[in-house]
Amino acid sequence: MGRIEWAMWANEQALASGLILITGGIVAVAGQFKGWPFAAYAIGAGVLVCLLEYPRGKRKRGSTMERCGQKYMTAVVKVFGPLTRNYYVRAILHAVLAVPAGFLLSTILGTVCLGIASGIYLLAAIRGEEWSPIEQKPPERPQLGGGTIKQPPAMPPPRPPAEARKKPPLEEAGHTNPVAVTAEAE
Amino acid sequence: MLPSFPPWLPWTHLRTCLHSQGLPIQKATRNGNSCSLAILHPPQHPAPRHFNWIVGALTTWLGLNVFLFVYYFLLFDKDKKFYYTRVVLGCCRRTMRKQLDHNLTFHKLVAYSIALFTAVHIIAHLCNFEWYNDSQQAADGSLSSILSDLHQDEESNKWLNPIRSNNTTPAYVTFTTIPGLTGVIITVALILMVTSSMEFIRRSYFEVFWYMHHLFVIYFAGLVIHGIAGLVRGQTAESLKEHNPELCAQDPKQWDRKNKHSQCEEPEFGSIPAESWQWVLAPILLYVFERVLRFWRSQQRVVVVKAVMHPSKVLELQMHKKGFSMEVGQYIFINCPSVSCLEWHPFTLTSAPEEDFFSVHIRAAGDWTEKLNDTFQQQKPKTPRIEVDGPFGTASEDVFQYEAAMLVGAGIGVTPFASVLKSIWYKFQHADQRLKTKKIYFYWLCRDTGAFAWFKDLLASLEQEMEESGKAGFLNYRLFLTGWDNSLAGHAAFNLDNDTDVVTGLRQKTSFGRPMWNSEFSAVATAHPRSVVGVFLCGPEALATSLQKCCHQYSSLDPRKVKFYFNKENF
Repeated sequence: MGRIEWAMWANEQALASGLILITGGIVAVAGQFKGWPFAAYAIGAGVLVCLLEYPRGKRKRGSTMERCGQKYMTAVVKVFGPLTRNYYVRAILHAVLAVPAGFLLSTILGTVCLGIASGIYLLAAIRGEEWSPIEQKPPERPQLGGGTIKQPPAMPPPRPPAEARKKPPLEEAGHTNPVAVTAEAE
Repeated sequence: MLPSFPPWLPWTHLRTCLHSQGLPIQKATRNGNSCSLAILHPPQHPAPRHFNWIVGALTTWLGLNVFLFVYYFLLFDKDKKFYYTRVVLGCCRRTMRKQLDHNLTFHKLVAYSIALFTAVHIIAHLCNFEWYNDSQQAADGSLSSILSDLHQDEESNKWLNPIRSNNTTPAYVTFTTIPGLTGVIITVALILMVTSSMEFIRRSYFEVFWYMHHLFVIYFAGLVIHGIAGLVRGQTAESLKEHNPELCAQDPKQWDRKNKHSQCEEPEFGSIPAESWQWVLAPILLYVFERVLRFWRSQQRVVVVKAVMHPSKVLELQMHKKGFSMEVGQYIFINCPSVSCLEWHPFTLTSAPEEDFFSVHIRAAGDWTEKLNDTFQQQKPKTPRIEVDGPFGTASEDVFQYEAAMLVGAGIGVTPFASVLKSIWYKFQHADQRLKTKKIYFYWLCRDTGAFAWFKDLLASLEQEMEESGKAGFLNYRLFLTGWDNSLAGHAAFNLDNDTDVVTGLRQKTSFGRPMWNSEFSAVATAHPRSVVGVFLCGPEALATSLQKCCHQYSSLDPRKVKFYFNKENF
């Protein structure tokens, strides 16, 4: 297992936990179970976790498949800088978020799963992984000549300075020989 | 366009299908599709048998599941036995989970169903526990509270409400009862299995997927004992004789054993026996049997006759195993204990059945394959032990039945054709009566030949042998490099007059770009105006579509003239 990036799996696990928290919370709130305020909290925590975990980080090796439409959340998550980049912070955040949901049966499954995700993130952080956003590639310039021109010149060709380009006046249009020519009259 | 369902695999291949997805090795994965060919029978043939069969099985299975769900739902909803259970609970759901592991698609379908029904089951029982608790704590003399108090302090097992005390929570009850505890454990195991089986994780970090999936042992063990405590209860049959809930429920205060005027004795309840094990027992036994069989097969001695390092990090292993017999196009699973104890990886067999050894070509494209490469490269005096399981896959005998055959191998799909071509050559040389083929057109499409240098060598040696035996016209092969650039083409144009090709060194010239199938098909049709031509493809679906179209287009309606049959088999 030398080259695995644990953060990728932690990300999937955390996303699943968020969904489970939301589901358990909805059930308890809808059924008005005892202690349903915990469930309301679980819904909020679940939404937060899902939003945070939806944009997948970039893998160090190989290409990363983006989730559908993740670029909007990537922009938001990027704003928090080291808070979201560092996996220690994420591990602690998930552990803290998970605890209150553990007081109600409906959401305890979410607690356990989020706790596991927190553990995997801790492992990822210990191994020095970091979250980096998947950037959009700049749009390619439309190619002239149907793609047959591979390296169009970026600069104009060199020209002599402006004075030398000026046409000489008509009287001096004649050619000046470097060597004197003597017409041999015969 | 027909979906690419693999054909029916015998049950011995059941679980091994788990291996073949997401592995960076030669067993076909191209553009995410399995290496597959499309069935297209001409109009007078019946519809593809495999496809119909599998759709039928799936529909039957889904229908059975739906039926069971509805049946048990109605049973719990309507039967008198569960009248009071319903009162206390509101309603009850029971779901069945079946495990039939036939192939990868089916396995995934089952997994999704399990996840869905688990969610439904859990939500239902969450409600149940909450309502049981409410009923137990209610002191308002309602029917629920009276029922909950029945038989609570006796030693007998006739109670209805499993929650006994007045100041407990559903969570506490969950973790102190067998069904609750096993339920939580197996659900966590299921969630871990599902998250590590996401396609992204599977393709990038196969080991995580593989080892996490072994949690299924915990899952099934827990599932079997999940119901043994009998917490879901109904009125016993004897009690129903003395106490008809439809009549007696209206006046619960009149229930009394000693009161002679009442017609209602106190109801008594018994538990429903655990049933999950009945559903999963047969598949579990099948699975255990298969694992034992595979283990026994893998213990058979495999002798590595030769190990050859080809360029581009391709390792060829020629092996011998007692009692091993193969057909063209099959694959085997290989395990190397010194590289990794538990991992088995599939590889297409590249040798012909006529040879006295069997071989695979392993390209280093991931952790396991690279370690295997290194192990063999170190050339220790004792070759590492190899375990082999197989061969699996359907044999493709059809290749030999056509008078003329067009074989198209794209990219990694060229691997099974090594076996096919070698076998055809052997049969041709020995004038094997089973071989009806007189002419083969082989099209090899790839971006660059780098990884398949060994296949080039195979073609070269076939070319030589054909020349020596004077049958140079038997095999006509063309190589199409789809990843060419200007310098390569210029180089080729410059060396146009050479005898051998500048790229491959073969006598056949390399073409650049994709083949123009229209001209190819019309050329073959012209050369074989009265034959039946079989077209076999191992490559991406897009190519399958265009070949199918060409087959249609160039097949003549006249049965005496040329006909192209496009064959779908999984190599």
